Amino acid sequence: MPFIPHNEKDIRDMLDSIGVSEIEQLFDEIPDALRLEDLDGVPEAMREMDIQRLMRSRAARDGSPLCFIGAGAYEHHIPAAIWEIATRGEFYSAYTPYQAEASQGTLQLIYEYQTMMSSLTGLDVSNASLYDGATALAEAALMTVRANRKSKSARILVAGAVNPVYLKVCQAIAGNQGLLFEPLGLDIETGLTDLAGTDAYAGEDITALVIQQPNFLGNLEDVDRLTDWAHSLGAMVIAVVNPISLAVLKPPGEWGEQGADIACGEGQPLGVPLSSGGPFFGLLTAKKAFVRQMPGRIVGRTLDLEGRDGFTLTLQAREQHIRRSKATSNICTNQGLMVTAATIYMSLMGADGLEQVASACLANTSRLVERLDSVDGVSVVFDGPRFHEAVLRLDRPVAPVLEALAKRNVLGGLDLSIDYPQLGNAFLVCATETKTAEDIECFATALAEIMHQARVA
Amino acid sequence: MSNVPGDLKYTKSHEWVRSEDDGSITVGITDHAQSALGDLVFVEPPEAGSEVSSGDACAVVESVKAASDVYSPVSGKVAASNDALADSPELVNQDPYGDGWIMRVQANDPAELESLMDAAAYEATLED
Repeated sequence: MPFIPHNEKDIRDMLDSIGVSEIEQLFDEIPDALRLEDLDGVPEAMREMDIQRLMRSRAARDGSPLCFIGAGAYEHHIPAAIWEIATRGEFYSAYTPYQAEASQGTLQLIYEYQTMMSSLTGLDVSNASLYDGATALAEAALMTVRANRKSKSARILVAGAVNPVYLKVCQAIAGNQGLLFEPLGLDIETGLTDLAGTDAYAGEDITALVIQQPNFLGNLEDVDRLTDWAHSLGAMVIAVVNPISLAVLKPPGEWGEQGADIACGEGQPLGVPLSSGGPFFGLLTAKKAFVRQMPGRIVGRTLDLEGRDGFTLTLQAREQHIRRSKATSNICTNQGLMVTAATIYMSLMGADGLEQVASACLANTSRLVERLDSVDGVSVVFDGPRFHEAVLRLDRPVAPVLEALAKRNVLGGLDLSIDYPQLGNAFLVCATETKTAEDIECFATALAEIMHQARVA
Repeated sequence: MSNVPGDLKYTKSHEWVRSEDDGSITVGITDHAQSALGDLVFVEPPEAGSEVSSGDACAVVESVKAASDVYSPVSGKVAASNDALADSPELVNQDPYGDGWIMRVQANDPAELESLMDAAAYEATLED
């Protein structure tokens, strides 16, 4: 069966009935200057059989290296049951279906997801998810500009170490809407937000402060102090969090005296594979007072005419299919399938299971850091509390060492020299619960040999 | 037929305006507007003290099927907004010209009111 059901005759009939001779005429209003004759770099169509062979050969090139890179996307164990259930026909769709209320099971699942996210972050309401952590942060920033009615500046302060990729995405999405993202600076002694300059903001009109916890370098910020400081300026607080870490860390809703106002983050650690960078999903939760500024879909529980429990898409009046250009966002979709997997993951793990995962990550990272610190020419940069990532420094440039490790099938970390040149020859390592004592030893041995060989040579 | 009281002024965008004794004006949405929107579930009035310009979207009325802007009929300063609507948005449906008022504005230039429609002119726009 063809995927496109219209045959030549159907198309002809439709064109005749609207009085147009060619499909091309429907696009007449697009000026020639804006048209492309051909897309650059897009090859001719291939047969499905050939595509499969090409993709398999490319996938094989990735191999299955031992991965110690985190930096926003994390390798966790995904119990087999999760995708077995998520790919059942009843769930297997990327979107909330049209005529959503006809799919009560899907809506119930999203409702359960929202409940879990609210509990994890300690905030009242959650949406049905966004594309990824970076777009969730951009949407959170846009939310504060609408919700913080006392502030007119659209100035968003960014605490010391927020994922640099997220900030690029925020700039791309919100920069042209007049939002100004201003970094607070990093204290290179502690790897935390530099608090020395904060007094200078007294009396300024600040819309919001973004705090990532654990921060991009793995360190734990003094979120209570930062939250209270932001609120004292009349700014709202956006928390960027790793959902796994929330099993052991204080939820954003309890930061400081009043709690963060919005929490967002990357949902991938909850049962979604790394798969070359996506699809992932963004989580977004908020205090109830801001629910009307929250973009995306929200599922609510209600009673039907016969008094039975039912689920429905709620608060749609501000989405773009109704409010057009004045919608809260032009992204009103969600990552349905990833959320399905995450909800099954959280159900299967339970609160205790999540806590065990978080604790195992913490313990493995401590082991890794201790072991690598003992290698000649390698030192740990920060000594404060951290979650499952840490910054290490070499006595020489990082990139060639990471390359040499990759040749030995070890992805040894993220080179920080581009985004954090002030840290010197630094790189970010991560060990989740998937890493065994042997894996850590393998990494350390390979690193020691590479460092030694380079020294001899 | 919707109710269009004769003593009020109107805008094309379905706001009504009443001149008060203290020189301020009260603004709400017309009976026609509330009926077209259906049951309101949320009203977001402007903050008292904020500046508004004529034609600015300054409040939002949200029903189960749509969220619509309410436009300021004049330029001035918001003297008060109807706090009762936070818990009872249905007041706009039940009593659009009374308890369902949305905001009170101190106009910069009272002559601006002259340009608004009277009841007969507004009623004529509804028939179009």
